[in-house]
Amino acid sequence: MVTAERVWEALAEIPDPEIPVLSLVDLGVVRDVEVDGERVHVGFTPTFLGCPALEVMREQMAERIRELGAEPDVEVLSEGWSSDWITEDGHRKLRDSGFAPPSGKAPATLVQIQTGAHPCPYCGSTDTRLDNLFGPTPCRSIRYCNACRQPFEQFKTL
Amino acid sequence: MSAQELLSFADDELILGWRNSEWTGIAPFLEEDVAFSSIAQTEIGHARAWYELAAKELDADADSLAFDREPDEYLCAPLVEMRMAGDWARTIARHWLYETADRIRIHVLLNSIDREVADLAEKIDREETYHRMHAEMWAERLRDEPAFRKAVDELWPYALGVLPEGQRPLLCEAVEREEGEAVERRGHTEELRPLWEEMTMVRRSVPGASW
Repeated sequence: MVTAERVWEALAEIPDPEIPVLSLVDLGVVRDVEVDGERVHVGFTPTFLGCPALEVMREQMAERIRELGAEPDVEVLSEGWSSDWITEDGHRKLRDSGFAPPSGKAPATLVQIQTGAHPCPYCGSTDTRLDNLFGPTPCRSIRYCNACRQPFEQFKTL
Repeated sequence: MSAQELLSFADDELILGWRNSEWTGIAPFLEEDVAFSSIAQTEIGHARAWYELAAKELDADADSLAFDREPDEYLCAPLVEMRMAGDWARTIARHWLYETADRIRIHVLLNSIDREVADLAEKIDREETYHRMHAEMWAERLRDEPAFRKAVDELWPYALGVLPEGQRPLLCEAVEREEGEAVERRGHTEELRPLWEEMTMVRRSVPGASW
């Protein structure tokens, strides 16, 4: 019989469809796993509401659970996802691939344009500037590092 | 919350998302091309979430609410219907007025006694922060441009019509303008029908097909 631990491991192998260096577990979208006999319930909060990866993520989780020989029940929770839920491991993987992890949630939410709050994932300098609040997906902004002259993608704080 | 109210939020976001997407590929520079495309995508995501709540109330499905109604049945505010691609000053004037009105509306919804509505408003509010930052940055930049000021004057009655009467004083305060006559949500401009024809064309071509 499948255990919750086994399910978590399996879900941790599914890459995010748009940022494949991260798994769905690293991203913090899997909130809870409950095993009830043959049935596996997964509570899931997608990142941005307009994220087209939502359906892909759902289907991949269901598929992986079926491969474990269980019946998937993936529930989309109404609670809003926060970029604070990206794991430490996730932060490291993002940085390693030249992608700046989100800074912590600030009450003022203007964190995105604060200077000094966004170190460059390549050289670590905080001398970076916002180039565009919007990027290739709803969850990313574009910044530029004045020190190493490298543009980079910044995960938005949400 | 009534399905009609939910549909009015959804229709605003869908139609404005559509209009914003018309800048894809032709914005004044690349950053804005990406920005308007991304904003459009998020607005349509919000529309979908509101349609899903309305669909539960009406025992319908979200896609059919979005695409199978006649143009006259849409409940969007006239502000969002106008085609503005090619006119940057008007586009920014609408963007700024709409985002400001939308913030007021969403902040009221945060306190809704309907738990699902309050939860969704909370989620949308955090995402909209980015739209507001973008709109405010541009409004600040264009503030003294005659074309922008003229567009704000023209659109002001339409902006008031986005909100129910009780919330309008908050909008006046936020944008520092006097309340005047509003262009109400009950009617539509002539610009909705051509948009609707384009938006629903594929779906109407094979009714009932699954895509």
